[in-house]
Amino acid sequence: MRKLIIALAASAAAIIASGGAFAADKAKACFIYVGPIGDFGWSYQHHQGALEMQKNLGGEEKVEIAYLESVPEGADAERAIERFARSGCNIIFTTSFGYMDATNAVAGKFPDVKFEHATGFKRDTPNVSTYNSKFHEGRYVQGVIAAKMSKAGVAGYIASFPIPEVVMGINSFVLGAQSVNPDFKVKVVWANTWFDPGKEADAAKALLDQGVDIITQHTDSTAPMQVAHERGVKAFGQASDMIKFGPETQLTSIVDNWGPYYTERVKAVMDGSWKQVDVWGGMKEGHVVMAPYTNMPDDVKKAAEETQAKIVAGFNPFTGPIKKQDGSEWLAAGATAPDGELLGLNFYVQGVDDQLPKQ
Amino acid sequence: MRLELAKRPQHSKLFSALSPFIAFVLTVIAGAILFALLGKSPGAALYAYFIAPLTDLWSLHELAIKAAPLILIAVGLAVCYLSNNWNIGAEGQFVMGAVVGAMLPILYPGLQQSPLALPVMLVMGALGGAAYAAIPAFLKARFNTNEILTSLMLVYVAQLFLDWLVRGPWRDPAAMNFPQAPRFTGYAVLPELLPSAGRANIGILFALIAAVLVWILLARTRKGFEIRVIGMSPRAGRFAGFSTRGAIFFSFLLSGALAGLAGISEVSGAIGRLQPSISPGYGFAAIIVAFLGRLNPLGIVAAGFVLALTYLGGEVAQIEVGVSDKVVRAFQGLLLFFVLACDTLIHYRIRFVPSERLAAVLPEAKSDA
Repeated sequence: MRKLIIALAASAAAIIASGGAFAADKAKACFIYVGPIGDFGWSYQHHQGALEMQKNLGGEEKVEIAYLESVPEGADAERAIERFARSGCNIIFTTSFGYMDATNAVAGKFPDVKFEHATGFKRDTPNVSTYNSKFHEGRYVQGVIAAKMSKAGVAGYIASFPIPEVVMGINSFVLGAQSVNPDFKVKVVWANTWFDPGKEADAAKALLDQGVDIITQHTDSTAPMQVAHERGVKAFGQASDMIKFGPETQLTSIVDNWGPYYTERVKAVMDGSWKQVDVWGGMKEGHVVMAPYTNMPDDVKKAAEETQAKIVAGFNPFTGPIKKQDGSEWLAAGATAPDGELLGLNFYVQGVDDQLPKQ
Repeated sequence: MRLELAKRPQHSKLFSALSPFIAFVLTVIAGAILFALLGKSPGAALYAYFIAPLTDLWSLHELAIKAAPLILIAVGLAVCYLSNNWNIGAEGQFVMGAVVGAMLPILYPGLQQSPLALPVMLVMGALGGAAYAAIPAFLKARFNTNEILTSLMLVYVAQLFLDWLVRGPWRDPAAMNFPQAPRFTGYAVLPELLPSAGRANIGILFALIAAVLVWILLARTRKGFEIRVIGMSPRAGRFAGFSTRGAIFFSFLLSGALAGLAGISEVSGAIGRLQPSISPGYGFAAIIVAFLGRLNPLGIVAAGFVLALTYLGGEVAQIEVGVSDKVVRAFQGLLLFFVLACDTLIHYRIRFVPSERLAAVLPEAKSDA
């Protein structure tokens, strides 16, 4: 019996020792995804960013990647994150808003592990960072294109959930469109899902039946693109370049480009320079990239490129004069919306044909 | 030729007892083949699946958290199914229990400082779930409406109601307009069992106590006998003077109350607040648990832990072995398939019906040939 205990203790010590050596020359980066990596949208792009990061930092020799797909945003999230923290991850990326409480709870228990929470605002301990991208900058460009391409003057918008991020995107799209055609309108359908090809396709059909002739989406599947193709109208992709799914349909797509950020952060863990940050990068930082402008005349393409250049140069899509949906003034001429207000946005600007739930 | 299931005149006691183990062995064999075909080590994958989650104390806590709502709901559903009432809406009753229970900390935050907060919330949660289950029960008792449809449809109503609450009237003003209610504090939080070792809360005790009480109810009381008789033969029940309507209400209210209790326990314990999604489908998974446990409350306790283990093991397999979550779910499906197939084959045998006989029974089959 004593021999057995000694043998067990020795093997345990060997495992711990090998684990320590392993951590020193190789980093382990772990990712929690809310959807399947095959969604060709949100989770797919995060995974692409993870793979790009691994390549940039020297491949599998230097960085080990682990991930969990389709983790529900309830009690399961905390377990999934804690299992990662215990399995030797040096840095854990939790890539959906609903993981906010769980990320902070686990971070409190594991001060040596770094946590990066996408789209949240809570950083309870110094080992939690938050990061997000200014996708609404891309939506402003899409709005410009939509107004130039649409004959009806109305676009259909398939939205996921009424959270500030999505409301901001709708407003930015409308503002972009109104910079071309001041009477431009947007109809919104709330799909109440991030990823459900069936529901998203139904939403696209309902919008097209109401007379819109451009489709844009803030949900992650390629279904709306395929519906737009069947109906012979143009559409915008979401999160990734969806040109494969609509070679004659996609005008452009906002590509979530997480690779540069993931590379920077994992590198910081490896060289010991990691510090808590709250990052909101946009086109200028290369975190938001537009897929090639396709299926549009040259003058529209030129307008899109000019708008993009303007934003990269520092233009804020939320620059006054802007009126709220009810006609009251939001931003005076020349004023820009502060980041803090945008990140908690819960009202529409004029031109949105929809009502938000009220508190 | 076609296959037909024929009822066995008597079933083997030995194989009844062995059936879950045979199913487990078949799952392990099929799983090993599956993992080997994917180029993963079957040994490592099966270890990750069934053993690894049981080797850490904190992981056992997580197992309890995952199993508690499954057991609590499934125990109630067993009473429903034994009485031939098909409550498919436990998910909705779970949500409504959480909503009604959460009224106290959200509408009267000051009361969270009182030690009475939690018991009141739990009772409100159970009443909320029971009241919500009373709707399909009433429709069935009064209008003979199909309870499978009504209870299922009410799930979506409950989910959207919760969604509306946390985006609208109950939204936390400090949450930057994100959809979540304020966090529960003080006495509104379900206490943890052994806070130093993990985060399991007393929800698992509710589940175990409920299982024992329902077992006593079914096995030792007149009411339990009544439920079984009405379930097996409503006519015989009527001759015995048992009320079919009474059984409808009793079983729906009981299972609704247990689902509601599970709901308020989940939000005040493991989650800590109301948010748009509070359940990864516990109400539906519990239907599987109820049948895996053969509608016996004590069997359900075991089945609840087994199903919870497959969720945890699936995560370990994804992390340690690198299989995708699709494989993990397929493997979970294999386990359920073998368990149910083995149980079926105890009561039925497969009979081959030759095609001539088939043709005689079905004239159109002959003309096709």
